[in-house]
Amino acid sequence: MTAGGIRVERLNAWFGDKQALRDISINIEGYHTTAIIGPSGCGKSTFVRCLNRMHEVNPMARATGRVFIGNTDIYENGTTPVEVRRRVGMVFQKPNPFPTMSIYDNVAAGLKLNGWERGRRLGDAVEQALRRAALWDEVKDDLKKKSGASLSGGQQQRLCIARALAVEPEVLLMDEPASALDPMATAKIEDLLFELKQSVTVVIVTHNMQQAARVAEFTGFFLMGALIEFDRTEQMFTKPRDKRTEDYVTGRFG
Amino acid sequence: MKREKGISLGRKLRNHMAMGAVIISALLVIASLITILAYLAVRGAGSLNWAFFTHLPRPIGESGSGMANAIAGSGMILLIASAIGMPVGIGSGVFLAEYGRNRFGNFLRFTADVLNGVPSIVIGITAYSLVVVTQKHFSALAGGLALAIIMVPTISRSTEEMLLMVPHSVREAALGLGIPRWRTTVSVLLPAATSGIVTGLMLGFARVAGETAPLLFTALGNQFWNWKPGHPTAALPLQIYTYALSPFDEWHRMAWAGALVLILLIVGTVAVVRLVTARSVYRVTV
Repeated sequence: MTAGGIRVERLNAWFGDKQALRDISINIEGYHTTAIIGPSGCGKSTFVRCLNRMHEVNPMARATGRVFIGNTDIYENGTTPVEVRRRVGMVFQKPNPFPTMSIYDNVAAGLKLNGWERGRRLGDAVEQALRRAALWDEVKDDLKKKSGASLSGGQQQRLCIARALAVEPEVLLMDEPASALDPMATAKIEDLLFELKQSVTVVIVTHNMQQAARVAEFTGFFLMGALIEFDRTEQMFTKPRDKRTEDYVTGRFG
Repeated sequence: MKREKGISLGRKLRNHMAMGAVIISALLVIASLITILAYLAVRGAGSLNWAFFTHLPRPIGESGSGMANAIAGSGMILLIASAIGMPVGIGSGVFLAEYGRNRFGNFLRFTADVLNGVPSIVIGITAYSLVVVTQKHFSALAGGLALAIIMVPTISRSTEEMLLMVPHSVREAALGLGIPRWRTTVSVLLPAATSGIVTGLMLGFARVAGETAPLLFTALGNQFWNWKPGHPTAALPLQIYTYALSPFDEWHRMAWAGALVLILLIVGTVAVVRLVTARSVYRVTV
């Protein structure tokens, strides 16, 4: 497997009795962006939430199968969700900065609350993360004065990206990160993705096929809990092999 | 077409009546508080003087009698009650919110609600038989314990509710960063719920600050200074109770003054805590 990649073998997931994912096997390329598309309720979100064990936060939920991040099987006995999530960051659909914390504290939260002792100063890590999320210039003057919640929606989402990047994850999962944002803010996030894949593997769930086409080298199409097709994005949108993929990407359903 | 003119007279009338009814209810709430405060001020303010806050109670007929020991005693008993009741209340509230989605949690919730309904005198008797009888004397400790038990259910349930009001997305954000669950609760959820939790603490505090029944056979009361938690201790509600039951006009006036001071102390404490916590939350958020 390539560096920074994710290998998923026969992943199944349930909510109570309802099966949400069926036998998913996939190889996600390291340091590239992979889009996950499909109609509502097809299991896209469940799939990415299985990649950092956020799925099991819901007490009704469970999952089986193997997911390798690097050489670690994250579902192996003895691997805890906490260590997995430090290596696999997540950005959610709605921006969710910590409401009582300043911009600075939001970004520093992952480092501080994990109790990591580092050689370099916390301030440098915060600055670097904010720069990587293309937010530094907009907030550098009131890092500690303003709360994260006082920023605009698009800025809040980039703050959440900076917060995730600050702990230097190998993988960044994004669950429809731009669906609550206006087109300008969306464009900024998409620009950001081109920079990010230099240093982190990105898996992005999206409802928006144009977005997938713009940002991702690889695309996976999910339908009713199954992975129908997975290929280079270009291939998926121009010459899909499966009829169902073709129907979906040409807008015949969804 | 004619009907387009608008809402019928009957509907307007009913609307006005309902509106009037809720306004009257709202005014009644305010009026009852103002009445109590005004009445206390009229009856009690005349007996308030420096001696009231600095002197011990004196025999009837002697001037310069005060309730200093009762004020201090109340302070000590409430401190003991808060030191026990607040951590236990917050702790069990956190447990209910974060780990209470099971049968044990439901049982704990039910217990707290029942405990909330237990008459305070019953809790006093329990503290009497458990602490006073075994230690063989009345004490501020026993009184504080009784008040703590009364405090816990209010604080516990309000803490739970306030934590559950923190959006789920905030919890997910913290867990998604690889922050352990306990750390998420302590460093992210509790701060986000602070102002609501403080309100619960103050409700619990105000509820027990005026309690008399549970102190009757625990703290007992005392005509002299006492700074030892293990000994009988004076308390404002007890002193008011004793004076109000006495046949002397002078003591009646003292009881009114005591009641006024008690109310002012409770309102003052709640206001100060509110102010301090409101400011600290403000500093982080804006």
